[in-house]
Amino acid sequence: MPHSEPLRLHVPEPTGRPGQTTDFSYLRLSPAGEVRRPEVDVTPVDTRDIAYSLIRVLDEHGNAVGPWAPDISIETLRAGMRAMMKTRIFDSRMLIAQRQKKMSFYMQSLGEEAIGAAQAMALNRDDMCFPTYRQQSILMARDVPLHGLICQLMSNEGDPLKGRQLPVMYSIKEAGFFSISGNLATQYIQAVGWAMASAIKNDTKIASAWIGDGATAEADFDTALTFAHVYHAPVILNVVNNQWAISTFQAIAGGENTTFAARGVGCGIASLRVDGNDFLAVYAASKWAAERARSNLGPTLIEWVTYRAGPHSTSDDPSKYRPLDDANHFPLGDPIARLKQYLINQGAWSEQEHEDTQKELEAMVIAAQKEAEKFGSLADNHVFSPAEMFEDIYEQMPEHLRQQRQQLGI
Amino acid sequence: MSNDVKGKSTPMTMIQALRSAMDVMLERDNDVVVFGQDVGYFGGVFRCTEGLQKKYGKSRVFDAPISESGIVGVAVGMGAYGLRPVIEIQFADYIYPAYDQIVSEAARLRFRSAGDFTAPLTIRTPCGGGIYGGQTHSQSPEAVFTHVCGLRTVMPSNPYDAKGLLIASIENNDPVIFLEPKRIYNGPFNGHHDQPVVPWSKHPMGDVPEGYYTVPLESASVFREGKDLTVLTYGTMVWVSEAAAAESGVDAEIIDLRSIWPLDLPTILASVKKTGRCVVVHEATRTSGFGAELTALVQEHCFYHLEAPIERVTGWDTPYPHAQEWDYFPGPARVAAAFKRAMEK
Repeated sequence: MPHSEPLRLHVPEPTGRPGQTTDFSYLRLSPAGEVRRPEVDVTPVDTRDIAYSLIRVLDEHGNAVGPWAPDISIETLRAGMRAMMKTRIFDSRMLIAQRQKKMSFYMQSLGEEAIGAAQAMALNRDDMCFPTYRQQSILMARDVPLHGLICQLMSNEGDPLKGRQLPVMYSIKEAGFFSISGNLATQYIQAVGWAMASAIKNDTKIASAWIGDGATAEADFDTALTFAHVYHAPVILNVVNNQWAISTFQAIAGGENTTFAARGVGCGIASLRVDGNDFLAVYAASKWAAERARSNLGPTLIEWVTYRAGPHSTSDDPSKYRPLDDANHFPLGDPIARLKQYLINQGAWSEQEHEDTQKELEAMVIAAQKEAEKFGSLADNHVFSPAEMFEDIYEQMPEHLRQQRQQLGI
Repeated sequence: MSNDVKGKSTPMTMIQALRSAMDVMLERDNDVVVFGQDVGYFGGVFRCTEGLQKKYGKSRVFDAPISESGIVGVAVGMGAYGLRPVIEIQFADYIYPAYDQIVSEAARLRFRSAGDFTAPLTIRTPCGGGIYGGQTHSQSPEAVFTHVCGLRTVMPSNPYDAKGLLIASIENNDPVIFLEPKRIYNGPFNGHHDQPVVPWSKHPMGDVPEGYYTVPLESASVFREGKDLTVLTYGTMVWVSEAAAAESGVDAEIIDLRSIWPLDLPTILASVKKTGRCVVVHEATRTSGFGAELTALVQEHCFYHLEAPIERVTGWDTPYPHAQEWDYFPGPARVAAAFKRAMEK
């Protein structure tokens, strides 16, 4: 006799809501150094165990352990430290500028600085990244001048995008940073196409695709995996699992009792699951995936396990849906604090140097902001001419747009 | 009307003309790549890409997974790299899964990046009815693209234009939706489904130069000169309108738009100002169809020249039916009746 209780709809819930404490045991963690490091020509199905565990290099004492400890110079690590610190300082200054109404909107990447920064340092500058709106750490690692970024944020007369785009939707081709779109996941399949193009032209460049945990539910995520697998596209498919999609816990994106890395294995793509707050692990995994792609061995999917420590955006209040101190309990800690500890252990960093760097970078951001403010801001209406609104829709302006521009009196 | 290197002319169907356009462009420009569902080895379900993979290799012409958003999405990425993708969506009825990539990405990329990145892609897709294709093999979705700023929408009505317009579309640096009326792939069709189809080989417009030439975008053609009224139309309905003119005795001036949007407004306005009457004809459903935009444009620019209300003959506001094909398809009788109404007012 079959069991005949009425069916019930399952709707996943996070364990921690406001006033509670999150139970992070769902995270499937592994001790540092424990997960094996396969050869870059591994068969995708043979990465299945890695997709359900967690690659970590830095242990709780700040020592680099295990097979993934990368061959990386102290100078590169110090540059990575600066890139992460610059990202965080930039974010906090821009948050203030948004509150002062110097810009309409901003999105921080607090707690996720290691991922973009370390991957950018593991790639070449002409490898094209297809970022979301939360990979500004790539720009910092690639030393993109801050002044242009702030002008974009302020939509002022110095904005390289001429005031057409919402703040943070940068486009910086020369730094291998593809134009950001508001439509989630669209860039994931485009990255695969860019990688296919590189292969068609027998080039040596690879693509780096980015998506968040929530956006993996978009159709273009699956589409990208299929195409990357079918054509062995030289692409790194990054999934930044920061546990949250605005107010929605990653379980409702499909993360309950599984991992996002496992999706890659299911599509025949070599997949890694990595501690996203461990700069050394991010660098090592990115290098591995880049070597794999550049050697015509095909794509790699990497799930970066991290935590969105800040609000989703300046329009968001996380205290309405998750515990206030949630980030403090996240078991993988803070990427800057962890690399700092490692570098100090190596005798390659100090509290004093950290403080000096902090001050130097703050001064740099403030100076860049002052420079950018000379071009005005949205608030004081120092924006591009409305005539610019009609340009670049087509390569040549069609007659109807010329007429509409004239109707506006310009 | 067209440029240099035409070479000698050969009779071609629209299928052969389109294939010839892709062949010419694959040969001329190493950045041109052609792909889509069944497009590679098999040569396309309509044979439009037959032989191209064999001639240019799998890295230039290849089969794709059944994923419209994937096909368009990778093409956008390839465009960003610097290639010039010519992609196929098997039927226009199946283009909707790619709508996000077309509207939010391909159409906006140049604008949102201030020219940093562009999407010089051509999306070929067979459209239109009159073939007992039912709901999902007959649609004419041009209006969902003409409404999108940043796109060009093009539809040929004969082999000569098909080749010249496709070459011009591939060379154009804007994203182009290239709609191919499958009903006239093999021969012109005037709506008389009870009569045998005349192949393109028996028609002067089936005489197509073998080499390179273009038919410029944003240029309409006066398909038939007339003095009584102006017909604004494109695709298969050009031929239906011609039959309606003959059967009604109305001396209609038929304008084949060729580029639906952006369009050739001066040619349209000159004709309507001359005739004082206008009938818009398309297969697509009526409400918010492209005919509404044409009607509005003519009304705005030719108000004092109009002798009668502008007529629209279109598909009904229903999904495309199967059994009722010829009650749905705006055939010559319906178009001729509109001509007469326009003349009587």
